[in-house]
Amino acid sequence: MSELPLNLALDISLTVNGERVTERVEARKTLVDFLREDLALTGSHVGCEHGVCGACTVRLNGEIVRGCLMLAVQCDGAMVETIEGLSDSGELADLQLAFEQRNALQCGYCTPGMLTAAQDLLKRAIDNKSVPSRDDIREHPSGNYCRCTGYHAIVDAVEAVAQEREKARAGAKP
Amino acid sequence: MKITDDSPPVLSALDRPNSYIGRSVPRPNLQRLTQGRGQYVSDVTLPRMAHVVFVRSPHAHARVVAVAAAAAKKSPGVIAVVTGAELAKVMTPWVGVLTHLKGLKSAPQYPIAVDVACWQGEAVCAVVARTRAEAEDGCELVEVTYEALPAVTDPETALDAKTPVIHAALGDNLCFERKLDVGAVDKAFAESDAVVETTFMFGRHTGVTTEPRAIVADWNPSEQRMTVYQGTQAPHMMQNLFAKHLGLAEQQVRVLTKDVGGSFGIKVHTYADEMATVALSKLLKRPVKFVADRIESFVTDIHARDHRIKAKIGVTKDGAITAFEIDDLTGIGPYSVYPRTSGIEANQVVNFTGGPYTCPNYRAQARVVFQNKNVMCQYRAVGHPIAVAVTEGLVELAAAKIGMDPLEFRRRNLIADDAYPTQSAAGLKFEKLSHHEALAHLDSMMNYAGLRAEQKKLRAQGIYRGIGFASFIEVTNPSAAFYGVGGARITSQDGATVKLDAQGALIIHSGVTEQGQGAEAVLAQCVASSFGVSIDKVRVVTGDTDNTPYGGGTWASRAAGIGGEAAWQAGKALRGNVLAVAGAMLQAKPDDLDIRNGIVVDKTSGTERLPLEELARVAYFRPDTLPPGFQAELMATRHYVPRAWPFAFTNGIQASYLEVDTDTGFVKLLRHWCVEDCGTIINPQLVDEQIRGGVVQGIGAALFEHCLYDERGQMLNGNMADYLVPMAVEMPDIDCGHVVSPTADSELGAKGAGEAGTAGAPACVMNAINDALRPLGAQPLTDMPFTPGKILRALGKV
Repeated sequence: MSELPLNLALDISLTVNGERVTERVEARKTLVDFLREDLALTGSHVGCEHGVCGACTVRLNGEIVRGCLMLAVQCDGAMVETIEGLSDSGELADLQLAFEQRNALQCGYCTPGMLTAAQDLLKRAIDNKSVPSRDDIREHPSGNYCRCTGYHAIVDAVEAVAQEREKARAGAKP
Repeated sequence: MKITDDSPPVLSALDRPNSYIGRSVPRPNLQRLTQGRGQYVSDVTLPRMAHVVFVRSPHAHARVVAVAAAAAKKSPGVIAVVTGAELAKVMTPWVGVLTHLKGLKSAPQYPIAVDVACWQGEAVCAVVARTRAEAEDGCELVEVTYEALPAVTDPETALDAKTPVIHAALGDNLCFERKLDVGAVDKAFAESDAVVETTFMFGRHTGVTTEPRAIVADWNPSEQRMTVYQGTQAPHMMQNLFAKHLGLAEQQVRVLTKDVGGSFGIKVHTYADEMATVALSKLLKRPVKFVADRIESFVTDIHARDHRIKAKIGVTKDGAITAFEIDDLTGIGPYSVYPRTSGIEANQVVNFTGGPYTCPNYRAQARVVFQNKNVMCQYRAVGHPIAVAVTEGLVELAAAKIGMDPLEFRRRNLIADDAYPTQSAAGLKFEKLSHHEALAHLDSMMNYAGLRAEQKKLRAQGIYRGIGFASFIEVTNPSAAFYGVGGARITSQDGATVKLDAQGALIIHSGVTEQGQGAEAVLAQCVASSFGVSIDKVRVVTGDTDNTPYGGGTWASRAAGIGGEAAWQAGKALRGNVLAVAGAMLQAKPDDLDIRNGIVVDKTSGTERLPLEELARVAYFRPDTLPPGFQAELMATRHYVPRAWPFAFTNGIQASYLEVDTDTGFVKLLRHWCVEDCGTIINPQLVDEQIRGGVVQGIGAALFEHCLYDERGQMLNGNMADYLVPMAVEMPDIDCGHVVSPTADSELGAKGAGEAGTAGAPACVMNAINDALRPLGAQPLTDMPFTPGKILRALGKV
């Protein structure tokens, strides 16, 4: 088998935060490095580079994934959403406010991943017309490390938003 | 003294109209971080920036015989391949000693190993390339010839005559030794009704900041200036060190610190790879970036807490502690870390053991030895978790031995709340502590009697729950006694400059730094309150040695107590200056005026006289209308350093309630409580969040975190999958309570709160596990972390 060059590059087209992007990327480049280095979307963070810490959590075709466990070339044709897009669209506004008011972040490095993971839980909860328990909330982002807060305030923030959203859903006219 | 749960303290001098002191104000600019718009050093890119990756020694101890770089130099994108000897021509080596730690010695350390690599992970060659990937490709092509040397790994034998000496010039492997003998220890033990003796072991662990260490150095030869973007806790300290070892004046170095992805003491030290990055920028005359990857972090970020302590306590049958004795042995890697040294941790263990108690008889020995593992140095709560675990472990073992309730045992021995000022057996000076008040508050907050009843009931059903406590003291607000007296250029004072802008808003520049603790919120609260504007009118700038007052930064729980007081005083001074302008404009006596909510008012009636925006307009654009000879001064600077006490000690007590699964050895944490006394509480939410985060780091030490090494000095679990840190699902809710004993050293009266959680949590989790297992006759567990395997062994099940 002939050896491929380390810097073998491929062309990819994808949608990132609603914008069409066409780039030539090295085949070995991870999605999070592509987002950060090629697109300057530095809100997705690199913590461990082996899929454990969750700092690089982004949304790919509606599902949350680890940006360090995906190659950029695997995302050809995909729809990627990062913290920048989720912020600009307002989708996370209530959750972000709850984090800010409860100081559910200190250094903030895990926060984009934590918010993206929490939003995933909250969306599922609304789909199921339920409010997750504190135990559910602690279980869901258990792949998102926070080294600063001790998690208590994060659980408080997510719990409060879950209750508010469910109240709004139940109160909304069909 | 007043007990308070999240309510503002009553304070006369601080009781200004619209005061923010004691209020849970959200931190300014948090949206930047929640929206992914933070500016961490990892995010920084500069024109012509190159990336450095280091070839690191796979051996714990090896002579670097040859570095063959030719192939790497030809690799695509590679700009330079630089060895230790080449870089030693650009940067001088350093030695991590402090003169007040008498006898402490270390060897010169270079940015890149020159002849001998002394631990697995020490850099032996640098590859600089256009991209990080290309630099990593280049590293693969560097061929280093090593001659393996015997590795010194076990501290127990490090001082034996037959053990090789790591640095021949030092004569032996002893870095530092301290002995203390106070009172009549032997007599006290002889007269005790019971003596408990055991050995405590602490797993070497590390900070695991979510953002690894990161630095971008930019030498501009045309300006002869070095600009360094660094995730550091102490920009001015680093400015001094970069300048000193590059042979530059401090004026030629600017250190910029924006957002920092976690620090916890990890980012307050001199790291060889960061020094090398700065030297490489000077050598290559272009910006060079280094970001540690996670594996590099595990083998190069300072480790801490690797201590073996033989400990002994004597008690009378009515529960009086008669004596403490400890023998501490700690291995700190091959170098004492510069400039804070690796002797401080053991020194603090000696200082703090027995600290909350009246017992006058205390003997301690500490030996700090060199070994071929990664270096150890100061990590959050330096020495406290060890001293507290030893003290509180002994206390609960002794209480159990004489059949006394652990809280009652503490009541009989804690220093009385009306005994202050006083000092400990080790000589620590205490201005005002509140051990008994804190204990009483904890007792009622956790419903101790109710939990004991529940515990008893569940034991009958074969469910083993435990309750454990830890009283503690924490050193905060250090004066020059910490480092300055030992010759290190680490300032203990801090400054704040407050400026009125042309629309009547404030900008404050401070020498402390923000790594998420909320220092910027505290600064804004202090200056808004003492000056008299709403907090949204305050903009805070930190982390820039060109623009902020000279300061120490954020470590040792000093930012709020020292930086906050400087901000408070600067705000007051500017209020005086602004009222002088107002007096001139209104033809009133400045003393009859005040500033409230951004408006100059009559002090007594509160009648509004002049908005600050109008005052600023006149002072900046129509100074011609002010009285002749009057000059408005709309910027004020104040500095503060504690003078009356070398340190502001705080105190508190924690409790853990947990359940041990006696079949699997797993520990389920059910609840955790902490009552602490950090003096004036500037922001209750931020204090509670410091406590909670600190507690969880302490729980990590008790249950999970351990840098595992084999006998050859190879780290076995240097990745996040194998090195366990606390995750949300395993952590309990944590309740915080407060007692408020302000320090009289400052007007604000605030002491530090950043390390109390970490100081006490390991001890009370340990005590709770032992409390749970005591009815099963298990040997007390004293070897952290308490893994399921160790628990099952203590139960005799494996």
